[in-house]
Amino acid sequence: MSKTPLSSILLVLLASLIGSFGAVFLKLGAAHLNRGFRYILNWHLGFGVALFLGSSVPFLIGLRNGELSVLYPMVSLGYVWTLFWSRLFFDEPITKAKLGALSLILAGIVCIGVGGR
Amino acid sequence: MASSATAIPQQADRSSRKSIYMVLGCTVFAAAAQVLLKFGATHPMPRLSLADSSTWMPFLTALLGNYQLVLGYCAHSGNALLLILALRDGELSMLYPIIALTYVWVNLLSMYFFNEHMNVWKALGIALVIGGVALLGRASARA
Repeated sequence: MSKTPLSSILLVLLASLIGSFGAVFLKLGAAHLNRGFRYILNWHLGFGVALFLGSSVPFLIGLRNGELSVLYPMVSLGYVWTLFWSRLFFDEPITKAKLGALSLILAGIVCIGVGGR
Repeated sequence: MASSATAIPQQADRSSRKSIYMVLGCTVFAAAAQVLLKFGATHPMPRLSLADSSTWMPFLTALLGNYQLVLGYCAHSGNALLLILALRDGELSMLYPIIALTYVWVNLLSMYFFNEHMNVWKALGIALVIGGVALLGRASARA
Protein backbone atom coordinates (compact mmCIF):
# COMPACT_ATOMS: atom_id res chain seq x y z
CA MET A 1 0.00 0.00 0.00
CA SER A 2 1.49 3.29 -1.14
CA LYS A 3 -0.02 6.08 0.95
CA THR A 4 1.81 8.87 -0.84
CA PRO A 5 2.08 8.40 -4.64
CA LEU A 6 5.33 9.29 -6.43
CA SER A 7 3.42 11.80 -8.60
CA SER A 8 2.52 13.79 -5.46
CA ILE A 9 6.14 13.75 -4.30
CA LEU A 10 7.38 14.97 -7.70
CA LEU A 11 4.79 17.78 -7.75
CA VAL A 12 5.90 18.94 -4.29
CA LEU A 13 9.56 18.84 -5.33
CA LEU A 14 8.65 21.01 -8.35
CA ALA A 15 6.87 23.41 -5.96
CA SER A 16 10.06 23.63 -3.87
CA LEU A 17 12.04 24.70 -6.95
CA ILE A 18 9.54 27.45 -7.85
CA GLY A 19 9.35 28.56 -4.20
CA SER A 20 13.14 28.83 -3.92
CA PHE A 21 13.10 31.46 -6.67
CA GLY A 22 10.38 33.22 -4.67
CA ALA A 23 12.79 33.53 -1.74
CA VAL A 24 15.46 35.05 -4.00
CA PHE A 25 13.07 37.74 -5.25
CA LEU A 26 11.77 38.48 -1.72
CA LYS A 27 15.38 39.01 -0.64
CA LEU A 28 15.98 41.35 -3.60
CA GLY A 29 12.68 43.12 -2.88
CA ALA A 30 13.38 43.48 0.85
CA ALA A 31 16.51 45.51 -0.03
CA HIS A 32 14.22 48.17 -1.56
CA LEU A 33 12.58 48.65 1.87
CA ASN A 34 15.88 49.99 3.25
CA ARG A 35 15.06 53.17 1.35
CA GLY A 36 11.66 53.46 3.10
CA PHE A 37 8.52 51.44 3.66
CA ARG A 38 6.70 53.10 0.75
CA TYR A 39 8.92 51.02 -1.53
CA ILE A 40 6.85 47.96 -0.46
CA LEU A 41 5.35 47.95 -3.97
CA ASN A 42 8.30 46.97 -6.11
CA TRP A 43 8.44 44.41 -8.86
CA HIS A 44 10.96 42.18 -7.04
CA LEU A 45 8.59 41.71 -4.09
CA GLY A 46 5.60 41.34 -6.42
CA PHE A 47 7.36 38.67 -8.45
CA GLY A 48 8.54 36.92 -5.27
CA VAL A 49 4.98 36.75 -3.94
CA ALA A 50 3.74 35.59 -7.37
CA LEU A 51 6.34 32.79 -7.37
CA PHE A 52 5.31 31.72 -3.86
CA LEU A 53 1.66 31.66 -4.96
CA GLY A 54 2.60 29.88 -8.19
CA SER A 55 4.54 27.25 -6.24
CA SER A 56 1.39 26.46 -4.25
CA VAL A 57 -0.40 25.21 -7.41
CA PRO A 58 1.72 22.05 -7.94
CA PHE A 59 1.87 21.74 -4.13
CA LEU A 60 -1.95 21.72 -3.87
CA ILE A 61 -2.34 19.25 -6.74
CA GLY A 62 0.21 17.00 -5.04
CA LEU A 63 -1.51 17.40 -1.68
CA ARG A 64 -4.81 15.98 -3.00
CA ASN A 65 -3.30 12.53 -2.64
CA GLY A 66 -0.83 11.55 0.02
CA GLU A 67 0.08 12.51 3.55
CA LEU A 68 0.85 16.07 4.66
CA SER A 69 3.45 14.73 7.11
CA VAL A 70 5.34 13.23 4.15
CA LEU A 71 4.79 15.90 1.50
CA TYR A 72 5.40 19.04 3.58
CA PRO A 73 8.93 18.07 4.73
CA MET A 74 9.78 17.39 1.07
CA VAL A 75 9.53 21.17 0.52
CA SER A 76 12.86 21.32 2.39
CA LEU A 77 14.53 20.51 -0.93
CA GLY A 78 14.03 24.25 -1.41
CA TYR A 79 17.00 24.82 0.96
CA VAL A 80 19.20 22.92 -1.46
CA TRP A 81 18.06 25.10 -4.37
CA THR A 82 18.37 28.26 -2.22
CA LEU A 83 22.01 27.52 -1.40
CA PHE A 84 22.88 27.45 -5.08
CA TRP A 85 20.86 30.61 -5.85
CA SER A 86 22.51 32.38 -2.87
CA ARG A 87 25.90 31.57 -4.37
CA LEU A 88 24.77 32.61 -7.84
CA PHE A 89 22.88 35.83 -7.04
CA PHE A 90 24.22 37.06 -3.67
CA ASP A 91 27.81 35.69 -3.82
CA GLU A 92 27.32 33.77 -0.56
CA PRO A 93 30.07 31.12 -0.47
CA ILE A 94 29.34 27.37 -0.53
CA THR A 95 31.44 25.84 2.27
CA LYS A 96 32.07 22.21 3.29
CA ALA A 97 29.77 22.74 6.31
CA LYS A 98 26.97 23.90 4.03
CA LEU A 99 27.46 20.87 1.78
CA GLY A 100 27.31 18.68 4.90
CA ALA A 101 24.06 20.37 5.89
CA LEU A 102 22.64 19.77 2.42
CA SER A 103 23.57 16.08 2.66
CA LEU A 104 21.62 15.85 5.93
CA ILE A 105 18.58 17.49 4.34
CA LEU A 106 18.75 15.23 1.29
CA ALA A 107 19.18 12.12 3.50
CA GLY A 108 16.18 13.33 5.54
CA ILE A 109 14.03 13.70 2.43
CA VAL A 110 14.96 10.16 1.33
CA CYS A 111 14.09 8.77 4.80
CA ILE A 112 10.73 10.58 4.80
CA GLY A 113 10.07 9.20 1.30
CA VAL A 114 10.83 5.68 2.56
CA GLY A 115 8.60 6.23 5.61
CA GLY A 116 5.74 7.36 3.40
CA ARG A 117 5.68 4.19 1.32
CA MET B 1 34.00 40.85 13.29
CA ALA B 2 33.84 40.43 17.12
CA SER B 3 36.58 42.97 17.77
CA SER B 4 34.92 45.85 15.90
CA ALA B 5 33.15 48.80 17.60
CA THR B 6 30.70 47.75 20.35
CA ALA B 7 27.74 49.99 19.51
CA ILE B 8 27.13 48.48 16.10
CA PRO B 9 27.05 44.78 17.10
CA GLN B 10 24.58 45.64 19.92
CA GLN B 11 22.32 47.34 17.45
CA ALA B 12 22.64 44.33 15.14
CA ASP B 13 21.85 41.97 18.05
CA ARG B 14 18.63 43.76 18.88
CA SER B 15 17.45 43.87 15.28
CA SER B 16 18.28 40.22 14.65
CA ARG B 17 16.43 39.20 17.85
CA LYS B 18 13.37 41.02 16.56
CA SER B 19 13.79 39.13 13.29
CA ILE B 20 13.88 35.85 15.21
CA TYR B 21 10.55 36.61 16.95
CA MET B 22 9.01 37.51 13.59
CA VAL B 23 10.25 34.27 12.06
CA LEU B 24 8.79 32.32 15.02
CA GLY B 25 5.47 33.96 14.10
CA CYS B 26 6.10 32.81 10.53
CA THR B 27 6.29 29.16 11.64
CA VAL B 28 2.84 29.43 13.28
CA PHE B 29 1.34 30.99 10.13
CA ALA B 30 3.10 28.44 7.90
CA ALA B 31 1.91 25.42 9.89
CA ALA B 32 -1.69 26.72 9.96
CA ALA B 33 -1.46 27.36 6.20
CA GLN B 34 -0.36 23.77 5.49
CA VAL B 35 -3.25 22.26 7.44
CA LEU B 36 -5.78 24.60 5.80
CA LEU B 37 -4.33 23.95 2.32
CA LYS B 38 -4.50 20.18 2.90
CA PHE B 39 -8.18 20.51 3.93
CA GLY B 40 -8.81 22.78 0.92
CA ALA B 41 -6.95 20.50 -1.53
CA THR B 42 -9.08 17.47 -0.64
CA HIS B 43 -12.32 19.47 -0.98
CA PRO B 44 -14.29 18.25 -4.05
CA MET B 45 -13.85 20.64 -7.00
CA PRO B 46 -15.53 20.86 -10.42
CA ARG B 47 -13.48 19.69 -13.39
CA LEU B 48 -11.24 22.35 -14.98
CA SER B 49 -10.24 22.11 -18.62
CA LEU B 50 -8.05 24.97 -19.88
CA ALA B 51 -9.22 24.23 -23.45
CA ASP B 52 -12.90 24.51 -22.49
CA SER B 53 -13.72 28.07 -21.33
CA SER B 54 -17.17 27.05 -20.05
CA THR B 55 -15.42 25.19 -17.17
CA TRP B 56 -13.44 28.30 -16.08
CA MET B 57 -16.14 30.22 -14.19
CA PRO B 58 -17.56 27.25 -12.21
CA PHE B 59 -13.99 26.35 -11.20
CA LEU B 60 -13.13 29.93 -10.19
CA THR B 61 -16.37 30.25 -8.16
CA ALA B 62 -15.66 26.94 -6.43
CA LEU B 63 -12.05 28.05 -5.81
CA LEU B 64 -13.15 31.29 -4.12
CA GLY B 65 -15.89 29.40 -2.21
CA ASN B 66 -13.37 26.89 -0.85
CA TYR B 67 -12.97 28.78 2.42
CA GLN B 68 -10.27 26.46 3.81
CA LEU B 69 -8.17 27.11 0.72
CA VAL B 70 -8.79 30.88 0.94
CA LEU B 71 -7.88 30.90 4.66
CA GLY B 72 -4.80 28.80 3.84
CA TYR B 73 -3.67 31.42 1.35
CA CYS B 74 -4.36 34.18 3.91
CA ALA B 75 -2.11 32.39 6.42
CA HIS B 76 0.45 31.94 3.62
CA SER B 77 0.36 35.70 2.92
CA GLY B 78 0.75 36.47 6.62
CA ASN B 79 3.78 34.20 6.62
CA ALA B 80 5.25 35.87 3.51
CA LEU B 81 4.65 39.39 4.87
CA LEU B 82 6.30 38.61 8.21
CA LEU B 83 9.21 36.96 6.37
CA ILE B 84 9.73 40.07 4.23
CA LEU B 85 9.90 42.23 7.37
CA ALA B 86 12.22 39.75 9.10
CA LEU B 87 14.54 39.67 6.07
CA ARG B 88 15.09 43.42 6.36
CA ASP B 89 17.41 42.92 9.33
CA GLY B 90 18.18 39.21 9.44
CA GLU B 91 20.08 37.07 6.97
CA LEU B 92 18.13 34.59 4.87
CA SER B 93 20.52 31.83 5.86
CA MET B 94 20.37 32.68 9.60
CA LEU B 95 16.59 32.83 9.85
CA TYR B 96 15.99 29.57 7.99
CA PRO B 97 16.90 27.25 10.91
CA ILE B 98 14.03 28.71 12.95
CA ILE B 99 11.60 28.09 10.11
CA ALA B 100 12.53 24.39 10.44
CA LEU B 101 10.31 24.34 13.56
CA THR B 102 7.40 24.36 11.12
CA TYR B 103 8.14 20.68 10.33
CA VAL B 104 7.48 19.80 13.96
CA TRP B 105 4.19 21.75 14.07
CA VAL B 106 3.00 20.33 10.72
CA ASN B 107 3.72 16.73 11.74
CA LEU B 108 1.94 17.12 15.07
CA LEU B 109 -1.05 18.75 13.36
CA SER B 110 -1.10 16.03 10.63
CA MET B 111 -1.36 13.37 13.33
CA TYR B 112 -4.17 15.29 15.04
CA PHE B 113 -6.27 16.41 12.05
CA PHE B 114 -5.60 13.75 9.39
CA ASN B 115 -4.85 10.67 11.54
CA GLU B 116 -1.47 10.32 9.91
CA HIS B 117 0.90 8.01 11.69
CA MET B 118 4.50 8.57 12.66
CA ASN B 119 7.04 5.86 11.96
CA VAL B 120 10.77 5.49 12.54
CA TRP B 121 11.68 6.57 8.98
CA LYS B 122 9.54 9.71 9.05
CA ALA B 123 10.83 10.70 12.50
CA LEU B 124 14.43 10.07 11.43
CA GLY B 125 13.85 12.00 8.21
CA ILE B 126 12.38 15.01 10.04
CA ALA B 127 15.24 14.97 12.54
CA LEU B 128 17.81 14.88 9.70
CA VAL B 129 16.07 17.74 7.87
CA ILE B 130 15.92 19.89 11.01
CA GLY B 131 19.56 19.03 11.83
CA GLY B 132 20.57 19.88 8.28
CA VAL B 133 18.72 23.19 8.30
CA ALA B 134 20.20 24.15 11.70
CA LEU B 135 23.69 23.25 10.48
CA LEU B 136 23.08 25.26 7.32
CA GLY B 137 22.25 28.30 9.45
CA ARG B 138 25.39 27.90 11.60
CA ALA B 139 27.58 27.29 8.57
CA SER B 140 26.17 30.40 6.91
CA ALA B 141 26.70 32.55 10.02
CA ARG B 142 30.37 31.55 10.27
CA ALA B 143 31.14 32.19 6.62
